[in-house]
Amino acid sequence: MTIGFVMLCHTALHRAAETARHWAERDCPVVIHVDKRVDRASYDGLVARLAGLGNVRFAGRYGCEWGTWGIVAATQAASIIMLRDFPDVRHVFLVSGSCLPLRPVADLKEYLASRPHVDFIESVTTQDAGWTVGGLNLERFTLRFPFSWRKNRWLFDRYVKLQRHVGYKRQVPAGLVPHLGSQWWCLTRATLSAILDSPNRAEIDRYFKRVWIPDESYFQTLVWQYSAAVESRSLTLSKFDYQGKPHIFYDDHLQLLRRSDCFVARKIWPQADKIYQTFLHGDAISHASAEPSPGKVDRLFSKAVERRVKGRQGLYMQSRMPRENYEHGRTAAPYSVFEGFAELFENYEAWLSKVTGTRVHGHLYAPARAEFAGGETVFIGALSDNAALRDYQPKCFLTNLIWNTRGERQCFQFGPADRQDISWFMTTDPNAQISVISGAWIIPLFRSNRNFGDIRRESARLQKIEADHLNILRSQWTKARVRIWTLAEFLENPMELLQGILDEISQRALTEAPRLVDLKGFGQFLQNLRNAGMKPVLMGDFSTSDDPYQAASRRSRPYLVK
Amino acid sequence: MRSERGLELGIIGAIRLRARRRRAHLSAFLHWRDVKVVTDRTHKIKRASILALSTVRNERIRLPYFLRYYRDMGIDHFLFVDNDSEDGTREYLAAQPDVSIWTTKASYKEAAFGVHWLTHLQRRYCHGHWCLTVDVDEFLVYPFCETRPLRALTDWLDSSGVRSFPAMLLDMYPKGAIQGRPYVEGQNPFDIAQWFDSGNYTIQRNDWNGNLWIQGGPRARTFFADNTYAAPALNKIPLVLWDRSYAYVSSTHMLLPRGLNLVFDDRGGEKASGCLLHAKFLDTFAHKASEEMTRAQHYAESQEYIAYQNALANQPDLWCKFSEKYINWRQLEILGLMSKGNWA
Repeated sequence: MTIGFVMLCHTALHRAAETARHWAERDCPVVIHVDKRVDRASYDGLVARLAGLGNVRFAGRYGCEWGTWGIVAATQAASIIMLRDFPDVRHVFLVSGSCLPLRPVADLKEYLASRPHVDFIESVTTQDAGWTVGGLNLERFTLRFPFSWRKNRWLFDRYVKLQRHVGYKRQVPAGLVPHLGSQWWCLTRATLSAILDSPNRAEIDRYFKRVWIPDESYFQTLVWQYSAAVESRSLTLSKFDYQGKPHIFYDDHLQLLRRSDCFVARKIWPQADKIYQTFLHGDAISHASAEPSPGKVDRLFSKAVERRVKGRQGLYMQSRMPRENYEHGRTAAPYSVFEGFAELFENYEAWLSKVTGTRVHGHLYAPARAEFAGGETVFIGALSDNAALRDYQPKCFLTNLIWNTRGERQCFQFGPADRQDISWFMTTDPNAQISVISGAWIIPLFRSNRNFGDIRRESARLQKIEADHLNILRSQWTKARVRIWTLAEFLENPMELLQGILDEISQRALTEAPRLVDLKGFGQFLQNLRNAGMKPVLMGDFSTSDDPYQAASRRSRPYLVK
Repeated sequence: MRSERGLELGIIGAIRLRARRRRAHLSAFLHWRDVKVVTDRTHKIKRASILALSTVRNERIRLPYFLRYYRDMGIDHFLFVDNDSEDGTREYLAAQPDVSIWTTKASYKEAAFGVHWLTHLQRRYCHGHWCLTVDVDEFLVYPFCETRPLRALTDWLDSSGVRSFPAMLLDMYPKGAIQGRPYVEGQNPFDIAQWFDSGNYTIQRNDWNGNLWIQGGPRARTFFADNTYAAPALNKIPLVLWDRSYAYVSSTHMLLPRGLNLVFDDRGGEKASGCLLHAKFLDTFAHKASEEMTRAQHYAESQEYIAYQNALANQPDLWCKFSEKYINWRQLEILGLMSKGNWA
């Protein structure tokens, strides 16, 4: 008993010949069908290459345009020759010219010999097939498809729509339950001959001639009528990408193919010399009873499809430039924005970096330069601190920074004295954690030695900017994790609120509290501004006599022991 | 009217773009009158040949490595236009068995920086071929380029129905002064210029032409920090399955028809892309910069070269502590500068 290979070829005939010879020389008959569209000279070349091999036959040629009946007709014709000429054949294996055996023929023979009545053919009902091109499952069997999907997509789509609209439906022949599956099967003589010799084959063929992509449904449907045991999987390792075209194997897949333990793989790039040399002429290692395990190959290709469809989150580059809201994540990783904290606490950046173990920058959008952590003038990714470069594309600056530092959380300070163009982007980014102590920007002014007239003017300007910024943060489109307190609210209970923010960054408990700056006389300072005609509203309510510093440090004590 | 997604344009826009393309073809035809053939071996081009096109001027020292690099990659035939070289470039190329070369004394600038000359060659010899249009200091790197020849890539692009392949220009530079280590003929330039910037590129979409506009890298960081808008464009689409109706506009940054510029996915996915390693910043650069200054034959009044000239005076070091040392294409892929797309 042996295996017969029915081979369908249309390109790279020299490789097909090499593979056919490999099987023929190992006592496996091969019947070859060559697409009618292949020119005469190439066909003759193939015949000449295989001359002298007694167990190779050539079948009558049909045109095999993708998705049409020709492929099934070719398979039938070649199978009939196989069954007629080689009575020794028990299993018939359908392969293409770009298939390649990965394991010794002896392995396959043994495998099939221990499963003499099993038909290996992937075949699932139309409801279960989630992978079909064009989204047509059951409708492949009930509509008509006179127009080519590849050449005339527009007409194809319109005609399908029209048929749906008028409710046209073909009748599926009685007794047939439409099934779909991979074109590449391995059937027993009993099953295959039953299908081919069926008394009503003419009728069934007439029906399938009008089904779309019949090579994925003809045998897959009929096998259930005759088979004693259908094993719904293909022995051919063949993976399709999201466009429905097969993934191709190259020389660098050699080890992957070796370890897959599959019997046959497609599609191999015709110029993958090393692969052909290894599997056709080398000593393929026998794993006599090993089951095929295509898991690794599956993972490789499904990762490729995922990369093509979803891409890497937060990456903007020459071949991934998502439109707004199609980003699958606007930035690569979560980051924290602090507004007003560095003004309220002494040495806040160093303290934050120490307690959270993250990278803490100063005001990245400061007008003079990007204040990178540690005073760097260039940062990871050779990102410059130059303000002009940053402000040219403020969004790119942030997405670059977050992408470049994947694996390390970034924190930075922000405030009304900074460039504001990035506000909308951060606010609508779910990766952003934005914590605001509104009005805290006034503390440096309060502590400065500037003229009161200057301070008043500057306060009015910054208050206007921060008010606009807060409106953005409170908009209905906000996706960031936003917390906003007025300075007065925050001072009620600073440590608890701070702990709440930090819990989202790292799990470490606060062991060391940051020191509040000295706010003695702050209430009076605000009153002075009011007296000068500027109304400081974003800070919340401070009475002139209140001494916020004392209150805050008193209350903060209980959280120190955490 | 059916148009590519994201590229809706009215009838008027379509007519204007078509006119622009026709104009490019006409200019190519007119400017070709200035060009003379030196050696024409185009009869050696076969149906499936992959072609490379380039304009050269005094690049003799770079040529041996350039030709070797691309021959190894799988380029079957080279088409050169020599712009009045005086250093033996023309003679060297004319002696190569897989090179066809033409020469001209006409103005590089007036020929749209060589684009017109190459457009003519493309229309004449590249129809139906994959062709790679690069300068002699640009070295293509694409996914799996160590293990798969260029033909594997073009076969895959063919089977995916893709006609154009992007490769961003990646400026490579040495550590220390640019003039520090002299380049020797035949040497891999990236033995000297080993470093690059990995993550400081800005990117924006040009809605009119459908292409992306990428800037940044060491040139923006050092030479153009005060004039960021003028920083050189780094987006390139060098590899195209050519049709005689196509035309490059503005170097290889942009193509017409515009559908060819849609080399990126705008719904979050990644298409396949490569990089053009740019071996500009070698000791040859200082010489080139002063020469180009006097010729004033470059883009936008050569303001790029004016910027270089000013900076070069103080022996600049493009290297910084966060420069990345080049290893291979996988590194560039991980850094997000290029992508495998769904090629696996």
